[in-house]
Amino acid sequence: MVPFAGYDMPVQYPAGVMKEHLHTRTAAGLFDVSHMGQVILRPKSGRIEDAALALEKLVPVDVLSLAEGRQRYGLFTNDEGGILDDLMIANRGDHLFLVVNASCKEADFAHLQKHLGDSCELTLLDRALIALQGPKAAEILAGLSADIATMRFMDVAEVSLHGVPCIISRSGYTGEDGFEISIPSESAEDLARRILDHPDVMPIGLGARDSLRLEAGLCLYGNDIDTTTTPVEAALEWALQKVRRAGGARAGGFPGADVILGQFADGADRRRVGLKPEGKAPVRAGAQLFADAEGKQAIGSVTSGGFGPSADHPVAMGYVAKSHTVIGTEIFADVRGKFLPITVAALPFVTPTYKR
Amino acid sequence: MLKFTDEHEWLIIEGDVATVGITAHAAEQLGDLVFVELPEGGTALDKGATAATVESVKAASDVYCPLDGEIVESNQAIVDDPSLVNSDPQGAGWFFKLKLSDPSAVNALLDEAAYKELIA
Repeated sequence: MVPFAGYDMPVQYPAGVMKEHLHTRTAAGLFDVSHMGQVILRPKSGRIEDAALALEKLVPVDVLSLAEGRQRYGLFTNDEGGILDDLMIANRGDHLFLVVNASCKEADFAHLQKHLGDSCELTLLDRALIALQGPKAAEILAGLSADIATMRFMDVAEVSLHGVPCIISRSGYTGEDGFEISIPSESAEDLARRILDHPDVMPIGLGARDSLRLEAGLCLYGNDIDTTTTPVEAALEWALQKVRRAGGARAGGFPGADVILGQFADGADRRRVGLKPEGKAPVRAGAQLFADAEGKQAIGSVTSGGFGPSADHPVAMGYVAKSHTVIGTEIFADVRGKFLPITVAALPFVTPTYKR
Repeated sequence: MLKFTDEHEWLIIEGDVATVGITAHAAEQLGDLVFVELPEGGTALDKGATAATVESVKAASDVYCPLDGEIVESNQAIVDDPSLVNSDPQGAGWFFKLKLSDPSAVNALLDEAAYKELIA
């Protein structure tokens, strides 16, 4: 167990990181992610459009066109164009439902209250969040409620599991098909035990959660993105729909728009890329990157790195100067004083199996 | 003679050469190893110096030299297949052989009973 954002979290269960990771990719893994923040944003006017437009003042995302029962990835930005947090935004019909990072939830809530408090009623929920991920997740969860079978990737629905009303989204943080289940805390243990009773389900700790998301090319807030990285530098342009970009109907209007839209036009000086170490040695977060094998020309650093059990080789991501972002470019990482070859690689390292 | 250190290494001492590895307890704590880096033969190391590096999926850890000496052999088998350290830590998963500068220094190390007490 390790302390994580004020919670005691298991790094691994008895099976260990390697088996947990591989089991999630071949069968199903259960994750307790109750530490994450769940926020309800309810428009005082009663019109969901008002909540959507209010939230658009804080995120460079098209919230207005998000249909009822759908969710979308988003980012809170600051005035410098940096990223305050990343989050999921769901349209639940009469309110928006947000899932934010554990370490940011108090700050995010204060940020929302400050800027949206006039137009929206905000609630930080004390609910559990359980994720079931992997190719067998749908079949297993359908055994508890047939309703989930028709859900598509990024659909959100209220589903009753054994009489307990849950908010379920078909999404996750592994690159696999799967579901995230928001459930009242008092019912969470019973649901977790019911799911774990299934022979194809294994409990998964933080270690495998990290290796799974890294192989899937997904950012970890605090490692790969933070207040010093912009969405363009972080290669998250896809999270900014056209309507919020220059020339769009609701272009700008979010914190740091001048910086971010400027980088859209001119490019950023650095960019987040996938990195594949050429040897067997994992290259970890913090390793410095160089253009040459002598460590003379510094060009960036690794922000996440480890071994990819499914890729079966070390995997990493990090920021490099724009001169070195082309896939296939060989650069060098300082690992314990040795400059090891590492190649700019396409993300993700594994093919996602989302049910679109 | 079998000895242990409080850094979770075991040593089998034959004459003035110690075969060194990490204990089953250490291997279990580290989890599945995916990378091992070993010292080259001929390397002189002081007690406490970093002799080897092991990496699991989640983290890198150093393995310290248990006594002053010179590396006479490293176990290439665990470099080729790091999982040997997990499956047979006190056998095929040995790390290196160390020619001891002062063979009498082994007397200060832990015996098996003392090590078992340490990890109890």
